[in-house]
Amino acid sequence: MPPPKDWTLSELRELLDKGSISSVEITQHYLQRIEKYNSNLNTFISVIRDQALILAELADKRIANKDNVLPLTGIPIALKDNILMKDVGATAGSKFLKDFVSPYHSTVAKKLLDAGAVIVGKTNCDEFAMGSSNENSAFGPVHNPWKHGFAPGGSSGGSAASVAARLVPAALGTDTGGSIRQPAAFCGVVGLKPTYGRVSRYGIIAFASSLDQVGPLTRTVKDNAMVYDSLCGHDPMDSTSSKHPNEITYKALDSVRDLKGLKIGFARELLTERIDPLIRDNVLASIEIYAKLGAVITDVSLPHLDYGIACYYVLAPAEASANLARYDGIRFTARSPRSMNVEDTYAKSRSEGFGPEVKRRILLGTFVLSTGYYDTFYLKAQKVRSLIRQDFMNAFQNVDVILTPTTPSPAFPLGSKNENPLDMYLSDAFTVPVPIAGLPGISIPSGFTNDSRPMGIQLIGKPFAEKTLFETAYSFEQETLFHERVPTL
Amino acid sequence: MNYETVIGLEVHAQLKTKTKLFCRCENIYGQSPNTLTCPVCLAMPGALPVTNIQAIEFAIKAGFALGCEIQNHSVFSRKNYFYPDLPKGYQISQFDLPLCLNGQLEVTIADQTLNVRIQRIHVEEDAGKLLHGDNLQNKEGSLVDLNRAGVPLIEIVSHPDMRSAEQAAEYLRQLRSILRYIGVCDGNMEEGSLRCDANISIRKPGEQTLGTKVEVKNMNSFKNVQKAIEYEVERQVQFLESGKTIIQETRLWNPDRNITTSMRSKEEAHDYRYFPDPDLLPLELDTQWIETIKSSLDELPHARLQRFQKDLKLPPYDASILTSEKEIADYFEHTLSLYDESKTPAKAKALSNLIMGDVLRLSNELSTPLHQMKITPVHLCKLMNLIDEGQISGKIAKDILDDMAKTGQNPEEIVKEKGLTQISDQGTLHRCIQEVIENNPKQVSDFRAGKEKILGYLVGQVMKATQGKANPAMVNTMLIEELKK
Repeated sequence: MPPPKDWTLSELRELLDKGSISSVEITQHYLQRIEKYNSNLNTFISVIRDQALILAELADKRIANKDNVLPLTGIPIALKDNILMKDVGATAGSKFLKDFVSPYHSTVAKKLLDAGAVIVGKTNCDEFAMGSSNENSAFGPVHNPWKHGFAPGGSSGGSAASVAARLVPAALGTDTGGSIRQPAAFCGVVGLKPTYGRVSRYGIIAFASSLDQVGPLTRTVKDNAMVYDSLCGHDPMDSTSSKHPNEITYKALDSVRDLKGLKIGFARELLTERIDPLIRDNVLASIEIYAKLGAVITDVSLPHLDYGIACYYVLAPAEASANLARYDGIRFTARSPRSMNVEDTYAKSRSEGFGPEVKRRILLGTFVLSTGYYDTFYLKAQKVRSLIRQDFMNAFQNVDVILTPTTPSPAFPLGSKNENPLDMYLSDAFTVPVPIAGLPGISIPSGFTNDSRPMGIQLIGKPFAEKTLFETAYSFEQETLFHERVPTL
Repeated sequence: MNYETVIGLEVHAQLKTKTKLFCRCENIYGQSPNTLTCPVCLAMPGALPVTNIQAIEFAIKAGFALGCEIQNHSVFSRKNYFYPDLPKGYQISQFDLPLCLNGQLEVTIADQTLNVRIQRIHVEEDAGKLLHGDNLQNKEGSLVDLNRAGVPLIEIVSHPDMRSAEQAAEYLRQLRSILRYIGVCDGNMEEGSLRCDANISIRKPGEQTLGTKVEVKNMNSFKNVQKAIEYEVERQVQFLESGKTIIQETRLWNPDRNITTSMRSKEEAHDYRYFPDPDLLPLELDTQWIETIKSSLDELPHARLQRFQKDLKLPPYDASILTSEKEIADYFEHTLSLYDESKTPAKAKALSNLIMGDVLRLSNELSTPLHQMKITPVHLCKLMNLIDEGQISGKIAKDILDDMAKTGQNPEEIVKEKGLTQISDQGTLHRCIQEVIENNPKQVSDFRAGKEKILGYLVGQVMKATQGKANPAMVNTMLIEELKK
């Protein structure tokens, strides 16, 4: 048996099913680790110890009675703090929602609880999921478990770092422009952004509605598939939720042997001089591994991906400027005590409540939707969105999966990009086009730098081809075993 | 100088669906504040809208009733502005792609027909309500009630086709009648389920271009619509006459002072930054489904009015009163079908007289809508039969109706209980007449001397003697016979 801190979700499942350990014992183990390491890593905004232990007891009864035991029954899991759970705080990393307690369950929280999962707490994130380093949290930055003082990535940095540090076997994140995949790469874990519409957005504090998706962060590909299977499916509470039939993805993974016949597309044009040479070498090496595993590597062209960041930073802020209008100081908690009238309440509460990055994006979004600029920016960006989607669809005529680096560089030091937001935005260059096209994308560990910073590759699939992504990722993982390396805390 | 007035109306009508437009909270007026709310209409973080298909159905009904082209593809957009009654900070509405386009409404005023073109009908959500100072314990504060937030509305936008306040008020009246007829809106202006804004401009006769328009808001009754427009036209005329220029602005009608006051100028107008709501997919409607709604549409007031005149030969006045409300027309037709299957004009007219005269009077007096009155069509039909059979007189019928309205009793029972059966027995009547002749020798001799007008008095005496139960037609004939002997 591996040392306890290294249990994967699938291993925990086996132990629980065999009765060799109880959910309460597992939960206590993780709660202790959180208690021990959270002050240093700052990955959790809130820990719901008592509720978690009650959930664990219920799960143990369920397992003892063999009553509808599902892959996540008894498994501790963390939620990014923009995912609502009834009667539990949800800040979305913002001072504005510091005291907000959700009156209702998000659909994903409800699905997890129905499956018997043990929700242990809410993880730190960039304010309203806007950021790539977790430095935009009102509750302080998260540290990368592999290297203190380095960014864990963002915005789901708390979720990725918690999984990497073995504070939970799995966590949920949300991804709008890379917020699951980029921190997964920085923290050396597996992060999936499902196809748009696959997982319900009901109860997810919205950033950009046409891009936001919930997805799992886990140590292994199989663990990821187990969580994903429990999350997806149509939700009548979300009008953008897809009716595409559910499928079980995790069970077939064990039988994946090689990738003979799988066509992997690779766009060499993406490896520009902006890419860190370490990443360039890593992705080329990863391509070699795939070739060795039997995949056919095919060149593809994605000419419009270069416009991805520009397109994203018009559309996402536009939607965010409206989505964040409800935080107005009239309701929730953060009304400025200095306001004199209604206008003043709005201006002061919002000035005091939001952090600088959120304000920057609200201003940007308000601007691109204004009379006289709508056509030039918003409509133009929508057209670019169609072109990017078309690039992918053309490429998918010839290949099954597209491979890119997840990030242009490995984790950078905290504070190193604060002066230049554009530089920060570019760290999402490879991840942003995927939600723009509504496609599924997964980031998996693909190696380490000499100073132990993880690197990741991204696999992009056709709409609803999550199963193919898992299989492609699993085969690489079993060949390379990067997931077995443990950070020293 | 004479000016031509040009008016276009924007009418907001609340749809009386079971639930709200984007959540399943109940849609009822007058409940305790904030009791009809959920995470969605409270705009809690993370809540998402799901379109109520009944609201779309109602909007399509209105579209058909107003001769619109229903669009298979329409889009919900976000209209962004801050106000405490708007919890999301944006209203979900329709902007460049509305549900209904290009309709019209024929408005009849004193035999003149005016065709008002409808530009568009779009679907949107209502905002909540604010309660201010005076009615609150804390006079400084304001409170927000979100029961109304998310109630479905349609906005019906007319072309600037009206030329007087009277025309505008009549357009609004007929629009209201249609919406009530098809059952999509209860049209209660006081409760705000029907609201109207007017775009008003004036120009010299013969000019082709429109003058600068002023939007007037806050007119919450038909009377106010007419008064506000009349005031605003006069204000604009005086402005131009004194050499000033009218500025494009929004003005508020003040019903206490009977004036309009400036609310905001064009420069201060909001930039609503409309964009398609990414939480909702475009509304794609199946043509067949739209057609089903069309075929389920009830007969419209205008068509019914014409049918009442043509088939039942009712006078225009009767027909217009009876079709002014769907309940009245339904009540009339239901009773008529029981009363006379073949619907002969004479019987239709007799029933119309009773309903227009007495039943509607009672409905008014008791402030009870017709369909909730205790006088059922079955009972009313029995009453008509009693009159026709000569069992009761028209006058007695009115008294019986009063009782029916109060007790809901069967008229036959009332007649029996109170002994109101009409006296048509020749012997009894003869005796009465003899007594009246004996007791009124002067009047009798006057009559015989040629003063025939006195007959009415004598008939009255017979009726009095029988407590109104004598058959008046028989009394008349028999009395003349006796007097001429």
